[in-house]
Amino acid sequence: MLTKRIIACLDVHDGRVVKGVQFVDLIDAGDPATQAARHAHEGADEIVLLDITATHEGRQTLLDTVRRTARELFVPFCVGGGIRTADDAAQVFEAGADKVSVNSAALSDPALIDAIGRSFGAQAVVVAIDARRDPEATDPVRDAQVFVQGGRKLAGRRVVEWAREAEARGAGEILLTSMNSDGMRTGFDCELTAAVSEAVGIPVIASGGAGTVEHFVDVFGRGRADAALAASIFHFGVSSARSLKEDLAKAGVSVRLPC
Amino acid sequence: MRVTVIDYKAGNLTSVLKALRHLGAEPSVTDADLTLVEAAERIVLPGVGHFAATERLDATRLTPAIRTAIARGVPFLGICVGMQWLYAGSSEAPDQPGLGHFAESCARFPECSEKVPHVGWNSLEVRKGSRLLAGVEPGEFVYFTHSYKAPVTDDTAAITQYIEPFAAAVERGNVMGVQFHPEKSGHTGLKILRNFLEWKA
Repeated sequence: MLTKRIIACLDVHDGRVVKGVQFVDLIDAGDPATQAARHAHEGADEIVLLDITATHEGRQTLLDTVRRTARELFVPFCVGGGIRTADDAAQVFEAGADKVSVNSAALSDPALIDAIGRSFGAQAVVVAIDARRDPEATDPVRDAQVFVQGGRKLAGRRVVEWAREAEARGAGEILLTSMNSDGMRTGFDCELTAAVSEAVGIPVIASGGAGTVEHFVDVFGRGRADAALAASIFHFGVSSARSLKEDLAKAGVSVRLPC
Repeated sequence: MRVTVIDYKAGNLTSVLKALRHLGAEPSVTDADLTLVEAAERIVLPGVGHFAATERLDATRLTPAIRTAIARGVPFLGICVGMQWLYAGSSEAPDQPGLGHFAESCARFPECSEKVPHVGWNSLEVRKGSRLLAGVEPGEFVYFTHSYKAPVTDDTAAITQYIEPFAAAVERGNVMGVQFHPEKSGHTGLKILRNFLEWKA
């Protein structure tokens, strides 16, 4: 039986893992290679490394980090942040990533999705969407808006429509981050996740808001997520992927165990 | 050990090479050099992407070289599209023939409410006698990402259920294929790659 994936996410800034609340107030949370290895050892089904530096100077640091992290990692490894061209993606793959995640660059040049998919296969392209509900709208979920630049700027696209376009262009997965709940530990945005998951035929990874096991049960059920991202829940010894999955299994969620 | 990894320019080989090196093999990569196939002690055909990309194997004459190597008993492992290539063909690219070592053809998962591609960790039902999957316990998980699959036949070494049962692994003598990615399947995947590297006639 296909299992629900628990994906450990490492937000990386200048070669270090960090965690913030709603993308600000960053706290140092360790070395990326060490953290990735620990999560894989503790049962994470996949590792995502998101470089939130994404400056020109940060490129080489990122490639070094990816190379170092990938070296002894034998679970799927996705890298995002600052990937603007198919060449950028090629360098990240060469350094050892199995998938790349594209966000702002795909919004300004959607053909980037097609280009990476053509060279590396659709399974290697994850389109990351930073979403915020539109409280002014009649339907805050259907009209949820895409944000870019680490959540600072409106992209002028609706989340569900953009997810559909990404799929049509050959994205292999959608990584949906709810900025309303990111880092809050108050639960995933299940309504928005379900809306996107029902609109596309590719897997949707829910992100933003994990705080308890019930939040994961909820997003895999009501939220119809295929995978869920967790960062802060692991960083400070709150839980390991394995113990999270053991609790999920008790709650009836199909997960990879033993792992 | 001289492990030749075939590059047909469909996706990246880094993860496969890394896993083989981790297990002590010394992989060489070829995208056209037939001597590396002729001298190979093991051949690995990885693959992510489109079945049509295997056309390159014909264009570079790697197909007949691989066929010859297989005939002289060199252990061969196809991964993902590399496994599908062992069959007669795939509906993903109907005009592109596969190697035809296995007579059946690959097809897309049928339309239904489940998502396609099949992405994630799924369990293996290993058939008795598989040497490639020796030591893999019932219910161990491996990582898949694919939209096309091979049918279950007598040569199937392991079955996985998604929408319908399909061949997660195929094995006949020295010719083996896995639909999943052993290089991304943790300890289970490394165990399977080690079995392949230690395979003896």
